[in-house]
Amino acid sequence: MSKFKKKTGGGTPAISTASLPDIVFMLLFFFMVTTVMREVTLKVKNEKPFATEIKKLERKSLVTYIYVGKPTKTYEAQLGSEPVLQLDDAIARVNEIRNFVITKREEINEAERPLMTVSIKADENVKMGLITDIKQELRKANSLKINYSTRKGEVFEDRR
Amino acid sequence: MIFKRSASEINAGSMADIAFLLLIFFLVTTTMDVDAGITRKLPPFEEALVPQANTLHKRNIFTVLVNADNQLLVEGDYLELKDLRTKAKAFISNNGDGSCTYCLNAAGLSSSSDNPQKAVISLQNDRATDYKTYISVQNELVAAYNELRAELGQARFGRKLGDLNAQEMNELKAAFPQVISEAEPVGL
Repeated sequence: MSKFKKKTGGGTPAISTASLPDIVFMLLFFFMVTTVMREVTLKVKNEKPFATEIKKLERKSLVTYIYVGKPTKTYEAQLGSEPVLQLDDAIARVNEIRNFVITKREEINEAERPLMTVSIKADENVKMGLITDIKQELRKANSLKINYSTRKGEVFEDRR
Repeated sequence: MIFKRSASEINAGSMADIAFLLLIFFLVTTTMDVDAGITRKLPPFEEALVPQANTLHKRNIFTVLVNADNQLLVEGDYLELKDLRTKAKAFISNNGDGSCTYCLNAAGLSSSSDNPQKAVISLQNDRATDYKTYISVQNELVAAYNELRAELGQARFGRKLGDLNAQEMNELKAAFPQVISEAEPVGL
């Protein structure tokens, strides 16, 4: 009988997976902290333009969103290829904005109503005519604080 | 024989699976984009267009026109977008009447603005202008103001814009008030 046991398996020993849950939890917490819940399903293309002089919107509860862009592939047959606007989950017409904004404003605590901001999330290929119509409707609804949603990046950089 | 009760070890092998499940759930339901953009205040709506008495002197207005082909006409001349910032800065800090003591490298031209308080930027675009161009123009104009404020902040307080307190920031804002007026779009 030899003093040393012969190695039987010969292959590599199993890697301990005990720390795997810890690693995954770490990733989980990272994503929970850095991301926000998706509120609506986008039905329009939304590639926002780039800008450098941007301000962050602080109070999420005081922000109302208007999405503008061409319908995505799924909705193209239904909605055509011209830019449309989306309020919450539905595609809407420009004249519906006023009621939408007023309804949203009613939901906000009265003291904070003047702080309400409308964030226009428009695709960079939209023409200004539609944006102007939206702005006009917002003026009629007396919702004057707006924010043109952009991505952070240099304006002149060639991205193609 | 006495049974020795010892807490048996819980099998933690599926812990990773549970965590992965949660992770994937959060990956799917959340988005990473932060809400940021250029903030603007719209003028209140007026039913009928009231003809306003034009009290502004022509030299105090910096007109920026953007046409349907996304070309810029600034103060009557064709201009590239990348030159807009410099031109706007020169206009704001022109110091025509000599009252602006803090304007750096003021040209003092008689065709440009009196002082930063009187300077107004008027922006007008076509209905067919691209939104992208419009945002770029807005961005350049805001950048012109921000650069002037940053330069003054550096000279007066010796610090960058981000390191100033609210009072100092307000002082800079009063020194270079941002007045960007937007006219209704017309066919250009």
